[in-house]
Amino acid sequence: MHIDQLEKKWASISLGIAGLFVAVILTSALFHGIHAPSNVETIDSARLHLSEEFAEDNLGPQRNPDGGITVRMVAGRYGFYPKTMTLPAETNLTFRWVSLDVIHGVHIPMTNMSTMIVPGYVAQVKTVLHHTGDYPLLCNEYCGMGHAHMWSNVKVVTKSDWDDMNKPAGVSHE
Amino acid sequence: MNNAVEKKLALTHLWVAFGAFALAAVMGLYQVVERSGFFGFLASREVYYASVSTHGVLMGFVLTTFFIMGFGYYVATSSLKLPVWNKTFAWTGFGVALAGVVMAALPLLGGAASVLYTFYPPMKAHPMFYIGATLLVVGSWFWCVSMIVMYVQWKKANPGQPVPLVMFATTANAILWLWTSAGVALEVLFQLIPWALGWVDTIDDGLARTLFAWTLHPIVYFWLIPSYTAFYCLVPKQAGGFLFSDEMARAAFILLVVFSLPIGFHHLYMDPEQGHGWKLLHGVGTFIVTLPTFITGFTVIASLEIAGRLNGGKGLFGWIAALPWTNPMVLAMILGLLMLILGGFGGLINASYAMNAMVHNTAWVPGHFHLIFGGTTIIMYFGIAYYFWPVLSGKPLFCKSLALTQLWTWFIGMMIMTTPWHILGLLGQPRRIDSVNYNNLLTLSWEPYEATMIFGGAILLYSSGLLIYNLYKTQIGTETYQGEVEYAEPIHAPTDLPEYLNSFKVWNIVIAVFMLIAFGYPILQFFLMETFGSGRWGV
Repeated sequence: MHIDQLEKKWASISLGIAGLFVAVILTSALFHGIHAPSNVETIDSARLHLSEEFAEDNLGPQRNPDGGITVRMVAGRYGFYPKTMTLPAETNLTFRWVSLDVIHGVHIPMTNMSTMIVPGYVAQVKTVLHHTGDYPLLCNEYCGMGHAHMWSNVKVVTKSDWDDMNKPAGVSHE
Repeated sequence: MNNAVEKKLALTHLWVAFGAFALAAVMGLYQVVERSGFFGFLASREVYYASVSTHGVLMGFVLTTFFIMGFGYYVATSSLKLPVWNKTFAWTGFGVALAGVVMAALPLLGGAASVLYTFYPPMKAHPMFYIGATLLVVGSWFWCVSMIVMYVQWKKANPGQPVPLVMFATTANAILWLWTSAGVALEVLFQLIPWALGWVDTIDDGLARTLFAWTLHPIVYFWLIPSYTAFYCLVPKQAGGFLFSDEMARAAFILLVVFSLPIGFHHLYMDPEQGHGWKLLHGVGTFIVTLPTFITGFTVIASLEIAGRLNGGKGLFGWIAALPWTNPMVLAMILGLLMLILGGFGGLINASYAMNAMVHNTAWVPGHFHLIFGGTTIIMYFGIAYYFWPVLSGKPLFCKSLALTQLWTWFIGMMIMTTPWHILGLLGQPRRIDSVNYNNLLTLSWEPYEATMIFGGAILLYSSGLLIYNLYKTQIGTETYQGEVEYAEPIHAPTDLPEYLNSFKVWNIVIAVFMLIAFGYPILQFFLMETFGSGRWGV
């Protein structure tokens, strides 16, 4: 069998390039915890309103004991519920998404908040939004004739503004 | 040898392929025009999604499958000097596949299968769509069997001899396709058809997506291998030179077959139903599959350099100018490689485990695959067609300069269409929207790019028309042409090939082990945990 010296050299260079990419990905995944969103957690999409977590009253942002915020949202043709919300910047956010019908996808443009929402499963994404402003939430997976009409809005405000808006109510009136 | 029957078999397959291509090209232009929103009277989401679904099925499944089958039949008989094994069997495969296409086309064109070409349960298409798609795949299995039987026949008659490279590559593709199509076949037979017919009430979307991911990446290599085969086995001769390395070509094809199969999860990076450990494993595998492409790039460019220097090219880059740029196949490869470099870069971003989140399901993705598939892969199909048509039809090519114009316009059209698509993706545009309805400042910035894409689409449709016109005029020509396709010679003829570079036996076992590791538990998990299926939803 004949393999040219040049070809051997090039094969090792190619192996080196692929190895470099793999090393970068493994480093960011294993040492910095940067992962693709994954959360193998099942849920009955036909009974979301009866579930504890995704009943209508529980949707939207909720503060966690550790200072982070969990945002629960439902995707259904053709909208995300709740339709609008306000979130703080520079805060650990955990988005939890479920679909009540078909497969949807959601992303906030120019951020890494992106996931598929598959019926029967809870999709979870952890992220931090760094810039304030109005962001659209867009459905990015074809979900039927109204796919292009499926979107809602998120307003990102500074952490202190958000705290002011979400002070525990009623204390001073008692 | 008298291979008139084989030529007719090949030509019939190729006409179905390019017929589907022509129809799909018309839809492509309609889609860029419709979604721009500049022509209100065209706006119709029903027609748009029916069109997108049909365009995807025709380009991705019909053009490719029939082209690969026709190409394979001719390559097998001309390189092995054997008649096609069992002609009735081969024509039966053609008939089954064509019947499947017609069955799937009816609901597609009627808007009853607007579920796009990846099926998208729990959105339900008409059962005839799923059954038709299945028949297309079953028809292609006839071809796989033919290729493998002929490969074995030749090896038995020529013990210890290296199988001609072009047949080695074609058989590699047949084996790849049998492994690849198993995933979607399981999904369609055990999930989609019983559910669409109402025999079972619900479908597990997580399992369905996992099975489809099994097929979804290696299918791309099934489409690509004939183009790579032309890179290695046809272009060097056409350019006036030799193949740089026969052995490395075989190694590249084996790497493609073995490593493209267990890596499909990068299509599920953003999905909730699989854990990140599995995604990471597939992510690493995805980068390994860049190796055969790197090797191919090197070997075929080295072969071009040899040809350029033999033609009298001097200096570091002089050989590039000395290449026969007016040979359609050489031009197709040069333009194809340019698009492969750009599209490959986009692919590396998609494949990057965490970076994918930025571009996942945005307009970036169709931009990427139109460059790689619509660009690199298909432009080589054109190059092959220009070379094969005179041989298969027995008539000289109608017009060579028209062929060159067609290849250049295809390249230019693809560039004009895919560049804005990539930018739109970075600006956050979701893929597969029929119109822009978001009442948001961001989306105003999308308009100039939408306008540019219309020019790209128009150039591409014009180019498609030139191709069909040229092939048709060739077909009805009155002059006769005699000649067979000539395959490139390697600089060093392979002599003492080890059996692992001349046979697929050991590689099938390796693939089985890899598949078990990569997909075993990820599929089994759906039977171990409590899952909740979905009912049937219309589009």
